[in-house]
Amino acid sequence: MSVDAAPSLRRSLGIVGVGIRREPRWFGLAVAGSALYGVMTVLTAWAIGKVTREQIQPAVAAGGVTGAQLWTIFGWVAGVVVVNVVGVVIRRVAAGYTMYNVAAGYRREVTRQYLRLPLSWHHRHPSGQLLSNANADVEATWNVFAPLPMALGVIIMLVAGIVQMVLVDPVMAIIGLTVFPALFLANMVFQRSMSPRVSRAQQLRAEVSEVAHESFEAALIVKSMGREEQEARRFEEVTRRLQAANVEVGRTRGTFDPVIESIPTLGTLAVLVVGAHQVANGVLEPAAVVQVAYLISVLAFPVRALGWVLGELPRTVVGWDRVDAVLKARGELEFGDESLVRTGAARSRLDHVDYSYDIVDEHGVESKFQAIHDVSIDVAAGSTVALVGPTGSGKSTLTNLTLRLVDPDRGEVTLDGTDLRRVARGGVSSVAALVPQQTFMFDDTVRGNITLGLDFTDDEVWAAIEVAQATGFVQALGSGLDTRVGERGASLSGGQRQRIALARAIIRRPQLLVLDDATSAVDPAVEQAILAGLRRSSAGTTVLVVAYRMSTITLADEIVYIELGRVVDHGTHRELQARCAGYERLVTAYAREAAERAAVIADEEAALAADVDSAEEGVDAP
Amino acid sequence: MSTSIDATSGLGTLATLRRGLDLSPELRRGLGVTLALAAVTTVGRVVVPFVVQKTTDNGLLGKNGPDPGLVTQYVLLALIAVAATAVTAYAVNVRLFRASEAGLATLRLRAFRHIHDLSMLTQNTERRGSMVSRVTSDVDTISQFVQFGGIILILSLGQIAVATALMLFYSPLLTAVVWLCFVPLLFVIRRFQAIVGRAYTKVRERVGDLLAAVSESVVGAATIRAYGVEERTAHRIDTAIEDHRAAAIGAQVRSVVAFSSGQLVAGLTLAVVLVVGTIQAVHDDLSLGQLLAFLFLVNLFTQPVQQATEILNELQNAVAGWRRVIGVVDTHADVADPGDAGQVLPRGPITVEFDDVSFAYPGGDTVLHDVSLSIAPRSRVAIVGETGSGKSTLAKLLTRLMDPTDGTVRIDGVDLRDVRFSSLRERVVLVPQEGFLFDATLRENVRFGRPDATDADVTLAITELGLDAWLAGLPQGLATEVGQRGESLSAGERQLVALARAYLADPDLLVLDEATSAVDPSTEVRLQRALEGLTRGRTSVAIAHRLSTAEAADEVVVVDQGRIVERGPHRDLVRAGGVYAALHASWSAQQRG
Repeated sequence: MSVDAAPSLRRSLGIVGVGIRREPRWFGLAVAGSALYGVMTVLTAWAIGKVTREQIQPAVAAGGVTGAQLWTIFGWVAGVVVVNVVGVVIRRVAAGYTMYNVAAGYRREVTRQYLRLPLSWHHRHPSGQLLSNANADVEATWNVFAPLPMALGVIIMLVAGIVQMVLVDPVMAIIGLTVFPALFLANMVFQRSMSPRVSRAQQLRAEVSEVAHESFEAALIVKSMGREEQEARRFEEVTRRLQAANVEVGRTRGTFDPVIESIPTLGTLAVLVVGAHQVANGVLEPAAVVQVAYLISVLAFPVRALGWVLGELPRTVVGWDRVDAVLKARGELEFGDESLVRTGAARSRLDHVDYSYDIVDEHGVESKFQAIHDVSIDVAAGSTVALVGPTGSGKSTLTNLTLRLVDPDRGEVTLDGTDLRRVARGGVSSVAALVPQQTFMFDDTVRGNITLGLDFTDDEVWAAIEVAQATGFVQALGSGLDTRVGERGASLSGGQRQRIALARAIIRRPQLLVLDDATSAVDPAVEQAILAGLRRSSAGTTVLVVAYRMSTITLADEIVYIELGRVVDHGTHRELQARCAGYERLVTAYAREAAERAAVIADEEAALAADVDSAEEGVDAP
Repeated sequence: MSTSIDATSGLGTLATLRRGLDLSPELRRGLGVTLALAAVTTVGRVVVPFVVQKTTDNGLLGKNGPDPGLVTQYVLLALIAVAATAVTAYAVNVRLFRASEAGLATLRLRAFRHIHDLSMLTQNTERRGSMVSRVTSDVDTISQFVQFGGIILILSLGQIAVATALMLFYSPLLTAVVWLCFVPLLFVIRRFQAIVGRAYTKVRERVGDLLAAVSESVVGAATIRAYGVEERTAHRIDTAIEDHRAAAIGAQVRSVVAFSSGQLVAGLTLAVVLVVGTIQAVHDDLSLGQLLAFLFLVNLFTQPVQQATEILNELQNAVAGWRRVIGVVDTHADVADPGDAGQVLPRGPITVEFDDVSFAYPGGDTVLHDVSLSIAPRSRVAIVGETGSGKSTLAKLLTRLMDPTDGTVRIDGVDLRDVRFSSLRERVVLVPQEGFLFDATLRENVRFGRPDATDADVTLAITELGLDAWLAGLPQGLATEVGQRGESLSAGERQLVALARAYLADPDLLVLDEATSAVDPSTEVRLQRALEGLTRGRTSVAIAHRLSTAEAADEVVVVDQGRIVERGPHRDLVRAGGVYAALHASWSAQQRG
């Protein structure tokens, strides 16, 4: 970020301009209110002068005062004051509307970007930082609208004041006017010195938020491993750095504030000293000196309001840079305009697909890691295909590719022959549904989590719940379908969340259903019931299932066995068992283990029996 | 019994400030000196315009014409005052920043630590995003006020006092008039304060909602894309943004009205003083010059009064933030560390006893009924049962993530509630199904179990668990960055890391709650063998759907509808032909396919 003052000022004014164009009416109204306030502030002095000359002085001279005179005095002063207050109310209310409307607009845009940008982008950005961008950074950018209308409104006062000064006496005016460049210069230096400090504090604020966010999300682990102290130290470390950075901001502010505040006074004093000599030399009238001194003191306040704006600008620039980085981020998936066939089971194909993840090492160096190598899978319409492979072999990546959550680096992913990249936005999700390994629940009702806003009747919802074997526990919930599940479904167990997620997919009657180990948290009996229900209800659905359980695997028409991101073999269960050693080892692991244990136990029992026999023999012997 | 996190503390403004100062003692430290310096600054700020006025009156417009000498004298006096004011103002500013930043850091740390002390049940009563705002933006609101509003408030109050003294010197009657005009304002302000306070509290709550809504779009990114519900999510976020905007504008309007009432009264006071002053002047009780001089003082008085009323509105915003932080700090920690009063148990083989333990979620049905169970040292126990039978509840009670509603859980004969947390967590470690990973390297995540572990320790742990081949397949081995919440790894891989982490922590009792549910069968069998070898001398309790775990255990405990219905070694239970035998038959059938 630039610390060069002039371009930075131009930049920040540019940013402010962007904001103004968002809410020109409210901003205009705020400036108008501010102008009214400016005019009325000048008029207050004028009104007091007027009633003094026209009412008070004659009354004092006459030695008596009428009620009408008193009302006139009160009326003038009070009238000007009321109008002034109206100006202030307009300015501040309209400034509030400008600020919050613009901020709300940017919050919408930033969060739209979050929804638009690809998963790979999300993986690269800590969620704490994204929260900070949408909240604190947007706020920091547009807070400038609080003092801005006042500053702009009083520029009118400033110009009028300067003109008056020049009219009174050019020489005195020049002395007086040096105050304004001095103020401006002081503000510049102030801004230059503030900007990096504010930027640092804002960055640290985001870091504090990131640490807190991660730590609270990890609460269960922190607690169950007794690492509260360690986490507190981690949080303290970044909090202390923020503390130090904020104190630095305060020190800078503390240095400049008094200087900026004393400049107009110094100007007034200079005018008085020089003016007194000029008057003594008969060059100038005393009244002229008084008037210039007065004007400086009157104008000092508005100039300070300008100073507030200038003081706010570094924050504006820093906040904007962070917000703009999100808005400028590119790489969202491009969509075509083709639509998919909307009836009957879909055929899903991966054709010579490569996929690499962006990875960042400890030192922040980016590189690629190829997770999928030249994979081709053909899932025939109406068939069930099982993806089997060891942990970390790339099965979930393949499910993500199948539904175009990510695009392949090479090769083609198609549904019914259409390359997914040519399908219109929303086209894939209207045909295919994924139940991921780790389910995500919205802070909504059970119904809302299943329908996700689509129009389903309660009967349809219950039918889907039935297939997902969730009827029992949903009925037992306090408000049935209307029970709120809490943030991330916190009030449900892992198995319950999985079944809600299944119902979410089932109710859509997808033409392609992708289950990514979607029943890992439910027990075998429930899983069997779910699979049976799915088979009954999924006529017209193609199923791609990531599974470890033999019962699931044997339901499949075809099995694709994967290791290290490559298809090792594919075929029926029997074929693979016969010719693929890795597959055989994986799927029979439990059975082999059980057999081995049984053998060990049999040995032990035999040995034990032998011991008992010999012991008995021993008893019998004597 | 369990508690929920209070949205806000419910304390009044003064009580909030008092409690806030207690929680951040640094705010009070050195406050006397700061106030003294502020008093000097205030005097300086009043003296300067006063001297300027005197310079004009006596030096420039004096009866004997302009007197440059006198003007120079006055100006020098003013310069000294300006310099002194600048120096003291700097000192006040820096002292205030130092004290407030130190005090608020303390508050932040305290709230953060306390949130971790709250039980999982209590934590789950609030969204994570909202909890984050309590240690971030809520505290920031307070610091904004203390640093910018605080100094202005102090200076304003000082100026009000000095101006009142000067006004009294000129005209006690008019001073009384000024104060009479402002007294009603005090009452009005009190009412406004309450209204504005409520409005800002609402804003703070809406910020929490906003963060929660935004975090859904970030954390749920994959699901949102898979179901094409971007529009619906956007709509939900928009609602939160709009609610926040409306609340913020509502608070702004209310605070503007409150602020303007101060300005209005200030202006009207000027008018009243003019009227009363005119009557006095007509009766020769006051000269016209004195009246005009008094008007100058009224300005010196009303200006800080207006500022103070405005700052008091900002104070409400800060108090609203403060209340939310205090709300969480003062939330009772229901599953509390006995601390120094608790026992420290020696390491070694551990016994576990459940004695008539029942548990019910707050306001919910009882999920465990009178469970009694004892687990011998060095034994491996598997707890099985259908989803929702109460297995996980047993695990949570055993690790004291929750306390039983009735009955007692003991380790080595000591009630868990009497064991110091540091000792308990050292001896008992839970590996949950979804073990959270930090956005760091694999190495750092495993080391979370034992921060002083070396690379060699970490590698050894992974090798001993039989996961070295998996490790070798990772892009950068131990240095692999696991990403946000470990999302660069698959769910199964995350479980492997979580297991290695717990294994490195080396507890006496390892509680595995579906800890390998997403791992492939051959890796799971390998892990199980490794753990068997390694858990000799260690007690382990495993909850699993995959009955391979139960087959390997010394004892199987079958839970059904919150009660223990069967227990014994695997083969005995299979022979007995009860609930377990049926579960096992269905499991075996699945394995055969």
